[in-house]
Amino acid sequence: MSQNNPPKDQQTSSHKKTISLPISRVRLIMKSSPDVSSINQDALFLTTKATELFVQHLARSSFLNGSGRETNSLSYSDLASTAEETETFHFLTDILPKKILARDYLKSLEEMQEEDADF
Amino acid sequence: MAERPEDLNLPNAVITRIIKEALPDGVNVSKEARRAISQAASVFVLYATSCANNFAMKAKRKTLNAGDVLAAMEEMEFERFLEPLREALEVYKKGQKGKKEVSEQRRRDKEEKKAGSERDKSREEEEEEEDEEEDERMEEEAEAENEAAAADEDEEVDN
Repeated sequence: MSQNNPPKDQQTSSHKKTISLPISRVRLIMKSSPDVSSINQDALFLTTKATELFVQHLARSSFLNGSGRETNSLSYSDLASTAEETETFHFLTDILPKKILARDYLKSLEEMQEEDADF
Repeated sequence: MAERPEDLNLPNAVITRIIKEALPDGVNVSKEARRAISQAASVFVLYATSCANNFAMKAKRKTLNAGDVLAAMEEMEFERFLEPLREALEVYKKGQKGKKEVSEQRRRDKEEKKAGSERDKSREEEEEEEDEEEDERMEEEAEAENEAAAADEDEEVDN
């Protein structure tokens, strides 16, 4: 893993390379979109770089917003709350649903039914 | 095309490293959180692609370009990425240009060397000169072709 790499190596690689995610994989994901016919090299590079910035931004915002600062950790629920509370991350709510206990879900279901009955 | 569903995932080791670099030292990131961020990144790529593609379509272009991606970032309200993206693109373009210049220079050096050795030889073996020149011309042509092909690959990726 990356921890085993000498720090010197990491430094030189970050100097030489401006991106660390594989462009080929990003291209494959982009191409999986049915209406995309072709992508030029600069657009490919920019999307790859943007994805890296996005990962950093999502991790950082979730860590700062969540409860993680006391426990020095980043958990799934921190991410789910960020997706729900931050407008720019709203598009993630489908894949980052908030986890709730079945007990609570049943309770809210009951409440909803009661509300319906009122009308 | 993607053959398997996992082809649409980004490599976990790289994602983990980017997360670690973004957070203060010693923060523990749960496995579930890492997987979620990785999936979020794939969704981000698709979302950005679809936005960028809308811009390209509006302009009646078939190929997504850098401007489309930057416009997509603005549309997605990730304006904070614009500056770093522009900077990175500039560095990237310089790098690409640098690569080409280096290979050009190397080719020129080689030619000079060849020309030099040819002159030496021509003094000794005047009879064989014609044949050699022919060979060399063919070699150069092949080289130029390869370079042109490589340059094309750099320029645009589509199929």
